[in-house]
Amino acid sequence: MIEASCLRKRFGAIEAVRDVSFNAKDGEITGILGANGAGKSTCLRMLYGVLTPDSGHARINGIDIRGETSKARAHLGVLPHAAGLYGNLTARENIHYFGLLHGLGRAALKSRTTELARVLGMEEFIDRRAKGFSQGQRIKTALARALVHDPGNIVLDEPTNGLDVIAIRNLREMLLALKAEGRCVLFCSHVMQEVAALCDRAVIIGHGRVLADAAVQSIREGSGAASMEEAFLKVLGDTQGVS
Amino acid sequence: MRALLTVFRKEFLENLRDRRTLVSALLFGPLFGPLIFGLMVSRIVNQSVFESNEPLRLTISGGEHAPGLTRYLEAQGVKLTRAKLSQSEAQAAVRAGSPGVVLIIPAEYAARSAAAVPAPVLLVADSADSQTRKTAERARLFLGAYAGTISQLRLQIRGVNPLLAMPVAVNEVDVATPAGRAVEVLGFMTYFVLFAVLMGGLYLAIDSTAGERERGSLEALLSLPVARSSLVGGKILATCAYMCLSLALSLTAFVCVFRFVPLENLGMSVNLGAGTALIFFAICLPFLPLGAALMTFVASFTRSYREAQSYLAVVLLVPTLPIAFARIYSLKTRPSLMFIPSLSQHLLMTSVLKDEPVAALDVWVSAGASLAVALLLIVLTARHWRRETMLG
Repeated sequence: MIEASCLRKRFGAIEAVRDVSFNAKDGEITGILGANGAGKSTCLRMLYGVLTPDSGHARINGIDIRGETSKARAHLGVLPHAAGLYGNLTARENIHYFGLLHGLGRAALKSRTTELARVLGMEEFIDRRAKGFSQGQRIKTALARALVHDPGNIVLDEPTNGLDVIAIRNLREMLLALKAEGRCVLFCSHVMQEVAALCDRAVIIGHGRVLADAAVQSIREGSGAASMEEAFLKVLGDTQGVS
Repeated sequence: MRALLTVFRKEFLENLRDRRTLVSALLFGPLFGPLIFGLMVSRIVNQSVFESNEPLRLTISGGEHAPGLTRYLEAQGVKLTRAKLSQSEAQAAVRAGSPGVVLIIPAEYAARSAAAVPAPVLLVADSADSQTRKTAERARLFLGAYAGTISQLRLQIRGVNPLLAMPVAVNEVDVATPAGRAVEVLGFMTYFVLFAVLMGGLYLAIDSTAGERERGSLEALLSLPVARSSLVGGKILATCAYMCLSLALSLTAFVCVFRFVPLENLGMSVNLGAGTALIFFAICLPFLPLGAALMTFVASFTRSYREAQSYLAVVLLVPTLPIAFARIYSLKTRPSLMFIPSLSQHLLMTSVLKDEPVAALDVWVSAGASLAVALLLIVLTARHWRRETMLG
């Protein structure tokens, strides 16, 4: 469970996030939708604690990320926007490195990596160096790295960027599997179809504010629009005067 | 501490697989200095030995006007080549580089010499060419010696004691030890050692900071439940380890190189055996964390390999500046200078090379000062890593 309450962040003269509150529940996929520069990434970065909010709180399973960062992060897996790998290490070594830094023991790490490799379909390249990986192999490794400590919550920043159709489809299946395991999945995207296809709940952000926060179905129905795209534009349009 | 060791192990292993790091850290850095140095010194040695054994070669024009002088020169072992050149021809020939030095005896020489008034000779040489300058110097010594002999004879013929014309007898006492003389030649060796130390850590310092950012793995790393000081500590420790390897390789290479350089021929002895190398290693050891922290600190502010490289090129020069100053002002080991890192290591190593006694206090102050600066830089780096701007 991830909670954001009244998050606010300013970079110099720019107010990146003005007031963002939402809850992402366990067993659900929550999508943060917004145009480029709407403040999605800044929000997520405050959630996983690499940015400190000017005011407001972010909680992971009820633990404040600023107060008890390490404890909160033990329940959180992160796939940042740039999820680069160490090219001179194998996929397994990449995963192990993060596992060790999470404080996992060697034995636990070994069985967990084997399991992740099976679940994510990484067996054929798990012991190859990451240097020549395809985008799909790379995202799988990065995801395994984020899941190595078996977190209850996972945050992904634009995970489908730069992926081809097959890789996107794979990723979707992986996220649905995580949801089925009862985890809380939170990701942000500027692609509406993606959110519509995958999410139970959507939080639409514009100009650093939450413009809509509801089940995907009800956003579409509430706006009276036929597609998610139209619904999205409608939500943005309704609030244009406000922001 | 556990996280720090994890980071250390990963950085060490990852860079061990990187060809660029290996070439610069363990090949170019430590071996470049000793090789260049060995070549340079052995060339200097061979040349000076060669020159003192080799007979002087002179081209002489108008030798028939001064049979006494030519006989004297030949008796001294000078190889004379006779030619017929006017002054302008000789100048053109010397300028063209062949022959190196021409001695012209004008026709009036014989008459003036017989009349006991100064008889002119022309020595045509190119002082901008170091080879012919040396030949001209040697020719001048022979001519001076001949003139001295003639003047003594003239005084004796006139019944005057030639010693009257020598009011002062200068005797030089050279106190330089053979090892001390070698330091003149080996003065730059300490520079190469410190250079190798820094080169050893250069790529790892870049790869673990700017590289981390460039390949996009930094944000994931920063969102782990690990203290930033552990990350920084592990990275600096790994950089230190590479610098340590590079230092060991460099010193080994120096010891090997000096086995083959015939410095004894110059009346020098090189005090650089395995024992000295170990002392050098100990002296340089406190410089490792300082260099590693400095490079990691600077590289932490950069966004890419390229940017980091251009900044670190300047950083590589910083530790060499005090050494340049030491040479310009001929600084000697003294306690107050031991507070300046790199300079203190240079002075201590030079003292050891010269076979001078080294005070234990100086060694401790040198180590303490370097480690203190290293600690300060580590703290500053960790603080920078805790800031939000680290994300870039």
